[in-house]
Amino acid sequence: MSDAIKINKGIEEAVQDLLKSLLEKDKIKGVFTLRKMDDLGAVAYSLFTNADELKNALPLYPFMPVNAGKVLSDFTLQGATQEPVAAVLRPCEIRAFIELVKRTQGDLENILLISSTCGGVYPLKILKGNDQKSRQAQYWESVKKEDIDPELRETCRMCEDFIPHNADMVIAAAGIEDMDTQCTIYLNTQKGKEFASDVPGSKTSEELEGGKIEELKTKRQEQKAKIFEQFEKEQMGLKSLVKMFAPCLGCHGCSHVCPICYCTLCEFDSKTCEYRPTSIESELKLKGGLKVPPGNIYFHLGRMSHMAVSCVSCGMCSDVCPVNIPVATVFSRVGAPLQEVFEYIPGRDLEEAVPSGTYKEQEFMESGK
Amino acid sequence: MDTEFKPNIVGFLCNWCSYAGADLAGSSKMEIEPSLSVIRVMCSSRINSNLVLSSLLWGADGVLVAGCHPGDCHYERGNYYARRRFALLKKILEVLDLEPDRLQLSWISASEGKRYSEVVNTFAEHISQAGPNSLAHNPKV
Ligand code: SF4
Ligand code: SF4
Ligand code: FES
Repeated sequence: MSDAIKINKGIEEAVQDLLKSLLEKDKIKGVFTLRKMDDLGAVAYSLFTNADELKNALPLYPFMPVNAGKVLSDFTLQGATQEPVAAVLRPCEIRAFIELVKRTQGDLENILLISSTCGGVYPLKILKGNDQKSRQAQYWESVKKEDIDPELRETCRMCEDFIPHNADMVIAAAGIEDMDTQCTIYLNTQKGKEFASDVPGSKTSEELEGGKIEELKTKRQEQKAKIFEQFEKEQMGLKSLVKMFAPCLGCHGCSHVCPICYCTLCEFDSKTCEYRPTSIESELKLKGGLKVPPGNIYFHLGRMSHMAVSCVSCGMCSDVCPVNIPVATVFSRVGAPLQEVFEYIPGRDLEEAVPSGTYKEQEFMESGK
Repeated sequence: MDTEFKPNIVGFLCNWCSYAGADLAGSSKMEIEPSLSVIRVMCSSRINSNLVLSSLLWGADGVLVAGCHPGDCHYERGNYYARRRFALLKKILEVLDLEPDRLQLSWISASEGKRYSEVVNTFAEHISQAGPNSLAHNPKV
């Protein structure tokens, strides 16, 4: 059982009310969430400091223009924000932020993390359509019924970690049939309880997990098994890898949007990896041919070896790839066994060290023989 | 015509243990497979995945990383980190079905000249059996 507040309003309005009340009562000085940019469905992450503006906030809109964990890291790179800010994030965005904080790229101190039992997001390409109203209706129907909308990001369709780790407040969304008339917000941490002490709504105590949430988890797990199985059939081995990355432009968009790829200068963007006439010559000598643009497989394998163990499967990389390479599926598929080896769930616990930054004396004893 | 495959193996040896072990093997006139090109590094933890991957993608049929035995690293903990990185990289190659056995990590101390020659010879034999690395000379990669 955990403390919760119940608001007798539809989910969108209830969350807007919560944010508004936090801001008006001066508990926070800003709200970081999605903002409506026009009437046709365009959204962008924004900071709100004016309570009246919050009517333009769309905290639960099912799109992720950037992984907000990356943005919070930008905000707090040099230390905690001076004033408390509430941030409404998807569970994988919070996990990304936690991974970044572990790498001393951010600070949790003055951020109130609000999240939801997440129904997933759509690929950004879908935002271009002008039918956002019916799309929204379709989305919320499927969230209520816990159906997995086939149009969601692939990583969302197979996400088992849709119950947020480390959120101070959790909005119940997945599987909530009566979300049009009422909304439950769980207070998961001391911080969450303190901030919620005098927000509107009645205090209760409820069980977040179990029941319907478990059903959804099972559904997502089944999807994951299916997607991975398909992947294994088609994408393993050198031939498949060559095929999959053949159209890769080498734009490195996938790494630039990845919240875990935080290096200011990525080795793969550096001079070290630039092709010069001399490197082209030696490559021709070695291989009798040159793939253009060169070095794609090196880039992907290298990036994988750096970060796949911390991949939060947010799907940003697939979403931005201009040639539709299923980057996130590959990284999730490769990340899963790496995370298993180290019993590591990226972003689960701030105290859990990043696997490549720590060690145990007695492990992998068979290697090194 | 001699068409026997002669492998090209890169060996990253830590200065304080394995490189000294290689020296000892040499000065003791032990037989060592000549297909190993040695690169001396200050510690096994100097080896990051990019060095190993670029070897495998640009010409190497096998990569050997060798350092001090656990507990004996000159910098105390370097080889523990190296071991983790190695495990990560090897797992990736395994998952993607990219011949993880072309990678080997070994602990060889400065006094283990004999062990050095055995490790190198066995690994070279293994790589010869495995044949040319399909990643290394592939114009599509
Ligand atoms: S975003 Fe797509 S095209 Fe660009 S580097 Fe990544 S995989 Fe290649
Ligand atoms: S690799 Fe892709 S799916 Fe994984 S964290 Fe980075 S952007 Fe998200
Ligand atoms: S100095 Fe030999 S492994 Fe670190």
